[in-house]
Amino acid sequence: MDDRVILRIGAKILIPFILLFALYVQFHGDYGPGGGFQAGVIFAAAFVLYALVFGLGNAVKVLPPQAVYVCGALGVMIYMGVGFVTMALGGAFLDYNVLAPDPTHGQHYGILAVELGVLVTVFGVMVALFYAFAGRRRLDL
Amino acid sequence: MSQHLPVLLVAVPLFLAPVAALVGRWKLAWAVAAAGCWWAFAASIMLLRRVMDEGTIHYAMGGWEAPYGIEYRIDLVSAFVALIVAAIGAVVIPYARTSIAKEVSEDRGALFYSAFLLCLSGLLGISVTGDVFNVFVFLEVSSLSAYAMIALGQDRRALTAAFQYLIMGSTGATFIVIGIGLLYVMTGTLNMADLAERLPAVSDNRTIPVAFTFLTVGITLKLALFPLHLWLPNAYTYAPSAVTAFIASTATKVAVYLLLRFFFTVFGAAFAFEQMQLDMVLMPLALVAILGMSLVAIYQENVKRLLAFSSVAQIGYMVLGISFGSVLGVTSGILHLFNHALMKGALFMAMGCVMYSVGSVRIEKMAGLGKVMPWTMAAFVGGGLSLIGVPFTVGFVSKWYLVQAALEQGMWPVAAVVMVGSLMALVYIWKVVEVAYFQAADPDHQIREAPLSMLVPTWVLVLASFYFGIDASTTASIATRAAETLLGVGL
Repeated sequence: MDDRVILRIGAKILIPFILLFALYVQFHGDYGPGGGFQAGVIFAAAFVLYALVFGLGNAVKVLPPQAVYVCGALGVMIYMGVGFVTMALGGAFLDYNVLAPDPTHGQHYGILAVELGVLVTVFGVMVALFYAFAGRRRLDL
Repeated sequence: MSQHLPVLLVAVPLFLAPVAALVGRWKLAWAVAAAGCWWAFAASIMLLRRVMDEGTIHYAMGGWEAPYGIEYRIDLVSAFVALIVAAIGAVVIPYARTSIAKEVSEDRGALFYSAFLLCLSGLLGISVTGDVFNVFVFLEVSSLSAYAMIALGQDRRALTAAFQYLIMGSTGATFIVIGIGLLYVMTGTLNMADLAERLPAVSDNRTIPVAFTFLTVGITLKLALFPLHLWLPNAYTYAPSAVTAFIASTATKVAVYLLLRFFFTVFGAAFAFEQMQLDMVLMPLALVAILGMSLVAIYQENVKRLLAFSSVAQIGYMVLGISFGSVLGVTSGILHLFNHALMKGALFMAMGCVMYSVGSVRIEKMAGLGKVMPWTMAAFVGGGLSLIGVPFTVGFVSKWYLVQAALEQGMWPVAAVVMVGSLMALVYIWKVVEVAYFQAADPDHQIREAPLSMLVPTWVLVLASFYFGIDASTTASIATRAAETLLGVGL
């Protein structure tokens, strides 16, 4: 891989922008097209690109399978957790109005929080799928 | 707290599913899963009592009122089905601890219990939601986790069985979502109650019968009505025993519930039975299922497979009851939903005990088991009596109502088919009993009785199937009221 300078440098330049773009899609999900699912896929794509250029071994060092596994489960907990928080604050399940003093901000925070949960799970599952196919064996947890 | 009960019923197991995956060690994961199952059981009992006292419960998700937001709408039918699912989950989970430890490798234990909780919350979600798209989402949650659990079976054929189920199940789910999409195009709503109000205005448009057809085919695929049952025998045979017991008693039952929901609540009995003449389709298929699948069951050499074919036949009884379109018919369908969950759960759990001790559930391996494993085989006989429909068992109660419903319509040949089906059940249950009790055990094999942690849950279901067979007043009155709610009479 050492002789493929263009690929290596190209990937190194692109990966930070891909990650940033994922975050843009995440935080703009409530204004324009996008949201947690798309952001999670884009975020995962950065790691897939890294693995394709630098090899699966290096990718696993950067992002261990255990972390991917935890991400996959954690996102669901974030999503459901928001629901429990809104209930604790006196609203219905996932009633974002109670998250801030005024409902507009409450809806804004709530959407961002659940979309963050979606991002984390989708990112984890996407990378796990890639690892599973690329490694052709089970992830060692 | 109590006003949030409808959503907590589903949300708590759904939240605990990733927790079970994260705790890592399978014993801890089991404890998390058990907490989720028992919570769901307690919550579903409370909900059923509240529905019986106060009538239908509404819960607006996120504070968005129906029909704009997703609504959880729990009437008697929903509450009853949710109770069946949660009760089976609560009984299977202590059983799974021993059975799964033996049948599934230890490092997959945590993932298994995570999938179990997902499946449970999906099935509960289907039964309590009042939004048709939400139904589809929960259907996918429960189905995908079921495929994963089936694939964990010891036998390598579990993988192909799960894949076959995946293909057939996804086809069914696609049909369902196409049907829902067509309904949405015509009415602009996804709320069941709202759909029911808006559909009559557009019901002469051809799109609505097409939507109805897609939904019917999709759901009958999920509930494994003959001839769309092909995924079921392999899936039940090769899945881990606890999974078979759980899925056989819940997944197809929830699909039958969906059928009831769409036919009677969303489209209305008049549309389904008069305009679409659904009874002309469902009744012959149900009768073929009862006779044909019982016949196939008689020739099976693997007892789990035998019971799987028997399940397809039993689904025939439920659909037959529904196809009468009368209060008595639907009552018998709902009643059999509950009763069959009890008896098939007990039978599959008894087979799980055999699997645990013998390592196989083929009939020839079961010679003399009546002496070596007396409690397991007695449980099998108890469940078998119920399957045949002997008096003082739940099977008798369902068949009594079903035959009455048939005679009410003057269809005595249908009643005769039900009787013949019972005789055939006698044949295939006897096949097992004969080998287990009247053949000598192989003295070289040291087989011991299954551990108590598996026998107790099995016997809970067996005794329940006798209890509700002797005192059927509770279940029968709930089923009658549920059928009246669905058909919109008597209220």
